[in-house]
Amino acid sequence: MGKTLAEKIIGEHASRDVNAGEIVVANLDLCYVQDGTGPLAVREFNGLGRDRLAMPDRTLIFLDHAAPCPRQELANDHRMLREFAATSGCILFDIGDGVCHQIVLERFAAPGLLIVGADSHTCTSGGVGAFGTGMGSTDVAVAMATGETWFRVPETIRIDVTGELQSGVHSKDLVLHLIGLLGADGATYKSLEFAGQGVANLDVNDRATVANMAVEAGAKTGLFPSDEKTKAHLARYGREQEWRELRADEDASCEKTIAINMNDLVPVVSLPHYVDNVKPIADAECAGVKIDQVFLGSCTNCRIEDIRVFEQIVRGKRVNPGTRTLLTPASRNVFLQALDEGLIDSLVKAGVTIQTPGCGACVGVHGGILGDGERCLATSNRNFKGRMGNPNAFVYLGSPATAAATAIKGELTDPREFLQ
Amino acid sequence: MKEQGRAWKFGDGISTDHIAPGRFYHLRSNLEELAKYALVDAREEFPREVQPGDFVVAGNNFGLGSSREHAAIVIKLAGVKAVFAKSFARIFYRNAINVGLPVLVCNTDEIDDGDRLILDIEKSVVVDETNGKSIQCQPIPPFMREILDSGGLADYIRERGEFPK
Repeated sequence: MGKTLAEKIIGEHASRDVNAGEIVVANLDLCYVQDGTGPLAVREFNGLGRDRLAMPDRTLIFLDHAAPCPRQELANDHRMLREFAATSGCILFDIGDGVCHQIVLERFAAPGLLIVGADSHTCTSGGVGAFGTGMGSTDVAVAMATGETWFRVPETIRIDVTGELQSGVHSKDLVLHLIGLLGADGATYKSLEFAGQGVANLDVNDRATVANMAVEAGAKTGLFPSDEKTKAHLARYGREQEWRELRADEDASCEKTIAINMNDLVPVVSLPHYVDNVKPIADAECAGVKIDQVFLGSCTNCRIEDIRVFEQIVRGKRVNPGTRTLLTPASRNVFLQALDEGLIDSLVKAGVTIQTPGCGACVGVHGGILGDGERCLATSNRNFKGRMGNPNAFVYLGSPATAAATAIKGELTDPREFLQ
Repeated sequence: MKEQGRAWKFGDGISTDHIAPGRFYHLRSNLEELAKYALVDAREEFPREVQPGDFVVAGNNFGLGSSREHAAIVIKLAGVKAVFAKSFARIFYRNAINVGLPVLVCNTDEIDDGDRLILDIEKSVVVDETNGKSIQCQPIPPFMREILDSGGLADYIRERGEFPK
């Protein structure tokens, strides 16, 4: 019997053959925490009584959720994390460097790696064929101390992708459509593995968006095969030597297969307050919904490709005066490239507000908190009640193209209106 | 070991943003203070009125969303002795065990808000004294039960040094 990607990667790190359903202890390639989960992880690590990190050069701390700091309590958390990094020898990414998962995608993730992070969107690395999964602070503290953790090898749901995304339709629409099909708990404890002829039509940016949101269907991870697109991504960051081909065996045992023909997809949005509440934006329910804020940001959708898509629609226009429009690049690297390409200049002239690379408004800490009754169209990953800092506000999720069209019109808008 | 307390009933899809909202993010290094807002966006009166020994009783996919372990911690610090749900989100379930908070899967339709419950964790059985029903829960997997019985993952590792190979 062949192996799924999850079985292959966990098996390699457990140094034995493993099958779905087994509980195994595996060696890790990378572990990381961010400023919301890091302080607790560091306290738990210190409480374990170990005098050193198991793998200091592969233990990362990111100051990204509250960057720059909006409050003294968080400034003290940042201070503690910086001091821990200095004394323990792990690697610190400070405010302005960007969102943890984006930096991991640029600098660390590679096919076949096993990664844990104290952040639920650690599954983003599945875009390059790395098994990444989110855990809590104590799990990661133990990983920091021992270099290993335990896994229940997940069953796999295979997503068979064919066709290609049509004009105005993006990988965000693909993954929202999939979550709508599965439901918010449709893949709980499972691995979502993408295969099929259509995968070659998705670049690593697209794949990262899809893998990132696997957790929104409850999945432990979302995994793409490693192919020429993966190699191109690694080469872009000078890491071509970290590439290897990696794919699930054709006869691997999967719990079920879901087929998606990308030719048939349309722009969709997730309506408040659940990610699986997915509707085509052309639905009557979306017509005329006034939007007070547009947020182009987060680990899901603010890489350079996303900013290009957004800018192409906004270029030469003004965003709606009733719609505050925020752009938070996913990383310093993305920000620099957008500057080089003239995208930031164009967007600032269009009335867009640019923020420090990081998590920004997504998580409701600062940088775009909503007022009572306000509605936001965000390219991020969650629209739970209270997610963006106010339980009396409403969050809609959509693609960068939908965000751009919506920013111009001031109401939920099908991006294909701007692509005729 | 038996625990007794009242049931606080919640619906499906209680997210970590309901349990430990992002607007209290700055309290994450002050857990006692953060616990004063446990589940506040699901039931506003809960953190004010919950009593030590009470139980959280929910529907499907309890704890979906973020990896914030603080969500499990604030429920525990609020005095809750166990959470019952029809199903749990993966990261929350693991976090709850890691911080020593029992989480049990059962048919929670049998329990109403305010019912008096007795949990026998050894038998994974909850008795609803108010309606007289006895509800069998799915046992916690043995490996996770060892972590829970140690008091959580940090204690487990302190006791044993590492995971069993």
